[in-house]
Amino acid sequence: MELTKEEDASLKGEYGETLALAYRVLVAIGEATDADRLLPIEWAHLSGVNYNTIGDAGEEFLANLSKDAKFKVKTTVNPMGFDPDTVSKYDISEEFIKKQNSIKNSYEKMGAILSFSCIPYEIFDLPKNGTHVSFAESNAAIYANSLANLKTNKEGAFSALASALTGKSPFSDLRKDDSRNPNLTIRMKTEQKDELTYGMLGYFAGKVAGCSVAISGVKELDRRSCKSLCAGMGTSGTCGMFTLGDASGETMDFGKEEAQKIHDELNTTDSGDIITLGSPQLGLDEISDLAGMLKGKEFKKRCMIFCPRTVQEQARRLGHVNDIERAGGELLSDCCICLTPLIDKKDVDGVITNSVKGAYYLKTSNGVDVNLKNLAQIIQEETT
Amino acid sequence: MTLKVIVKGKAQGQVMIAKKPINFLGAVDKKTGKIRDEKHDLFGKSLADKILVFPFGVGSSVGAYTIYSLKSNNCAPRAMICSKVDITTASGCALANIPLVMATREEYDSLTDGKKILLDAENGKIL
Repeated sequence: MELTKEEDASLKGEYGETLALAYRVLVAIGEATDADRLLPIEWAHLSGVNYNTIGDAGEEFLANLSKDAKFKVKTTVNPMGFDPDTVSKYDISEEFIKKQNSIKNSYEKMGAILSFSCIPYEIFDLPKNGTHVSFAESNAAIYANSLANLKTNKEGAFSALASALTGKSPFSDLRKDDSRNPNLTIRMKTEQKDELTYGMLGYFAGKVAGCSVAISGVKELDRRSCKSLCAGMGTSGTCGMFTLGDASGETMDFGKEEAQKIHDELNTTDSGDIITLGSPQLGLDEISDLAGMLKGKEFKKRCMIFCPRTVQEQARRLGHVNDIERAGGELLSDCCICLTPLIDKKDVDGVITNSVKGAYYLKTSNGVDVNLKNLAQIIQEETT
Repeated sequence: MTLKVIVKGKAQGQVMIAKKPINFLGAVDKKTGKIRDEKHDLFGKSLADKILVFPFGVGSSVGAYTIYSLKSNNCAPRAMICSKVDITTASGCALANIPLVMATREEYDSLTDGKKILLDAENGKIL
């Protein structure tokens, strides 16, 4: 890799060990992905916030780093492990809370905006078309590339952190225009076109595609289906972008049979004792939709609904929170379904969700069974 | 012979070859540097102060923090040589400032377990 004089001096430690560490990470990842140089990015979105994902080693590292590190560009963060407003209602250990608060303090000290959200593209103003960002959350990276006219690789926790500290990222993969052109088209052939089907389409595409994939046969995608598609794709593979319409090259069909196969893989039970909605977290229009769907209805079982803090505040002012709570829904902010400590297999047999990403992590990380069905079906079957 | 340098540096030590990939998050004890996965061919052995040679890293990217912890606890390898570079090992070595190089098949196979070498990961050479 070719570095500028300034970058090289930083790498050699002339501006301190923190910047040297950040440049070592960028150069290491750049060498591993055949980048020839670094380029500036304007916004970093970090993963590695939930204590359940980074553990003691991560907590200690961040505490140490935050002693003198400062983020150079706008930096937002993924969800943490719990909602501080409701944490006392759950069986979360003192130790967990202490470690999680330490992680939160470290990020705050370094200058992060404590958004604790996996949908930064929905709650922040977007930079102008073509801007390079560095998003570690997979659904957000795919959304940024595919629907928000931004450019990012599907960053890892460390490359995004190093980008936040330096304002740079290796010029490789999806940052290069030729890698953004897909050479595989997946033809959407299912009759069912709800958010769950799009989530499964994403999951299917993520398994078979390289850097970028084309999806044809899709006429209209509402926000819920878009997010579901991005999240499903981010869960199963390394693909970081999709385009709509046919591309040149190979084609594959996603039909009833393929959808069924994925449903069979992720749906492990026919019932559940708790419902979770919001992986990715719900935005204001989804909360508003949900409030409408719940008019005159009540959940038969516990329903946890995840959304960003700012969305919950807006929804409260608009009366949606009231409507949802009246129907028995619990709104949670700052956290999400993935690697949540709020759902323990000793208390729960099965979880009902419409999220492919949620289903995958509930099964693999929490070890609970999952009943996967679309939102309309959940409202129909699980409310009175 | 020129190796692809991922993290620069120089290190001298004894080569320790792992046949299997390493999952740093699950398989390595960060306090002692010992491999604790019974199914791994280096089970029970400590990576401390070795020139660790292994195919590549597997498992969660959080494993990079484990590599950093090994260094903080003074039980990290002095350098690592892989046949394929994965982002977790690359990030972990970068955080911990442990020299890391990628070797071609031929170079990789020419390394002998137990032999003392000097790895020059500034110029990509083994001396």
